[in-house]
Amino acid sequence: MSDLEKFRSETRVWLAENCPSLMRTPIQNDADTCWGGRKFVFQSDDQKLWLERMGAKGWTVPTWPKEYGGGGLTKAEAKVLSEEMQRIGARSPLSSFGIWMLGPALLEFGTEEQKLEHLPKIARGEIRWCQGYSEPNAGSDLASLATKAEDKGDHYCVTGQKIWTSYADKADWIFCLVRTDFSVSKHLGVSFVLFDMESKGVSTRPITLISGNSPFCETFFDSVMVPKENRVGAEGAGWTIAKYLLTHERASISDMFGTVSLSDLAVEKRGVEGGRLKDGMLRHQIAEHEIDRAAFLITLERAADEAKAGASLGAFSSMLKYYGTELNKDRNELVLKAAGSDAFEWEGQFSNNGELAKSWLRSKGNSIEGGTSEVQLNIISKRILDLPA
Amino acid sequence: MVLLLNEEQQLLKDSAEGFFETKAPVSELRRLRDDRSETGYNPALWQEMAEMGFAGLLVDENHGGLSFGYVGAGVLAEEIGKNLSASPFLASAVIAAPLISLLGTDDQKETLLPLLSGGEITATLAVDETGHHSPASSTLKAEAIAGGYKLSGMKTFVPEGATVDKIIVLARTPDKKGNEHGGFSLFIVDRGTKGLIVDPVVMADSRGWAKLTFEGVVVQESALLGKEGTALDALNVILEKANVVIAAELLGIAQHCLDKTVSYLKERKQFGVLIGSFQGLQHRAAKLFSEIEVTRSAILKALQSSDSPQGPGALSNIAKARACKTVELATNEAIQMHGGIGMTDEFDMGFYIKRARVLQNLYGDYNYHADQFARKSGY
Repeated sequence: MSDLEKFRSETRVWLAENCPSLMRTPIQNDADTCWGGRKFVFQSDDQKLWLERMGAKGWTVPTWPKEYGGGGLTKAEAKVLSEEMQRIGARSPLSSFGIWMLGPALLEFGTEEQKLEHLPKIARGEIRWCQGYSEPNAGSDLASLATKAEDKGDHYCVTGQKIWTSYADKADWIFCLVRTDFSVSKHLGVSFVLFDMESKGVSTRPITLISGNSPFCETFFDSVMVPKENRVGAEGAGWTIAKYLLTHERASISDMFGTVSLSDLAVEKRGVEGGRLKDGMLRHQIAEHEIDRAAFLITLERAADEAKAGASLGAFSSMLKYYGTELNKDRNELVLKAAGSDAFEWEGQFSNNGELAKSWLRSKGNSIEGGTSEVQLNIISKRILDLPA
Repeated sequence: MVLLLNEEQQLLKDSAEGFFETKAPVSELRRLRDDRSETGYNPALWQEMAEMGFAGLLVDENHGGLSFGYVGAGVLAEEIGKNLSASPFLASAVIAAPLISLLGTDDQKETLLPLLSGGEITATLAVDETGHHSPASSTLKAEAIAGGYKLSGMKTFVPEGATVDKIIVLARTPDKKGNEHGGFSLFIVDRGTKGLIVDPVVMADSRGWAKLTFEGVVVQESALLGKEGTALDALNVILEKANVVIAAELLGIAQHCLDKTVSYLKERKQFGVLIGSFQGLQHRAAKLFSEIEVTRSAILKALQSSDSPQGPGALSNIAKARACKTVELATNEAIQMHGGIGMTDEFDMGFYIKRARVLQNLYGDYNYHADQFARKSGY
């Protein structure tokens, strides 16, 4: 038996023994998702147990080094783990901006002390992170951010406002872009700092969206004291780290389709005649969308294969972000067409208590957050096609 | 399997790039058109392609081929698309030879495959009878007669139909249960056979197409390719894979359109600035880039699965549909963004849009493949 086959059979046994039965059902909505952190209220004992067991093995972040709380697995082993989890329908034990965004940036740019301090807590789901990037006048033009970090010797004094900080009210710590130098060009004066959301002077306020849900907050900093050792990278090097991290964010945002099967929904609501969906126009639209989606999912696979072979994803992630989020909006519009008026029930069983409409409204934000579609197209134009400014 | 070219395939791509760019650029297609070439391609080029193994890319080594597989065929097709290189590659190497490999008797394979691989003869498939691809609607009839069959009916949109040596024709015969019109069979017919009327058709893409009329064409039993009455399934196996190769050729056309257009945006000035600095044009170019990359992935996956035992299945429909949609956008945008010059015959872009539309229709257009995809997905 090869090492990989041995790993597979051991993993299979371990998962069979350790994955609680409740954690082998599909995640239905955001409330089902395990985010971890100091304030997190577990939905069930199984959810807590699953996070603890996976966290202890480092399998919430299987490819991170063991000394930072990871599983120390090779990419091939991590793929086996993911396949074995899929095989039994195991849920992801932890959803986390720490894993998706901050972790990769710390592994790349953090000091040894920073890695040892923060990465294991991310891996075990002990600390929940949020991202402090956008400001009221610095959204798409992110580099115009004005949150000020004054040098006070051993610490910075941070004052300003962030907006669209996802789950800031539920997060324990924030990774944040601040301006440490107003005298240089806007990309050069930005630094990347980490601090506790319980620090004196931090306050948050949720923003209710058209979907009725509120993942986003406004976040205010009033003379917050941030120790200098919490700066990642050199002073003024924040933009490079932010861009690196956005590449990871974009790649993950591009892969976020709902679990609803469009054709199953359409068949259920409209019926079939002669083996074909009754509504011919809808059938055409669904086929067109599903063809595009299949091709896009294959493109994610190709991008991953190219990255594994050593190519840098770079600006290609902008293409994935642009394309994936536009497709997801398209998909949500088709869900409404397939479900008809049932989709608009804000409360009720036909719509799973408004899940269809809320997911549709939420998708409108996909092509705005993490850099708008227009910004992604600008990046493709400049960095891939090399078109003039 | 990883979605990357392996070393061998990359080497083939590198040699194909240089080969088609120097030996058969679009100016060569222009020359063939202006000279009203009877073959529609340069036979000397085809000989060179055969010497490089391109004619036998999908034929096994025992029959003089390279056994290189469909990823290789797709790599070549993309380069052919970029340059609009005219040859019987698609008709002979991608469709006829694999059909004979799949269905032929030992005798048919031993006689025909080495000749096809060596480029000594060419062959094609005659399947459609109307302007829309629909093999199951074929009406060309094959009556059993003493020692053979008599074929009556017509076929249209036959690639290289006026110049090939052998035509594989789809005909109605009794099915397995003996129903007179229930089944289909394939026959290999010599182009010069008595009663076969060949009408070359000049089409927009300046390539070799033909209408064929079978007026009681008599063939021997040995002309039957595969079992009588069971041809549709086998034809489907080959056409699914051929459509992926066609998709790769369309991808090459789309890529060329993007490359040409982007370089034009970088050199053309209006209002005193380079037009490539206008966001309206930048975004359209960036969208086209994205569509092409997504299509490229789908085609590579479909090519890889064409080389696997289970075949491409619905991936073939995804690849061809995506290619049709993408090349339509690419050719239209290329002409629009080039402005007036894009509309002139002197500029080459017209050759690309004309070839693209003709090829989009070959063996099923976007709607055909979207419908097939939906059927295979159960709705």
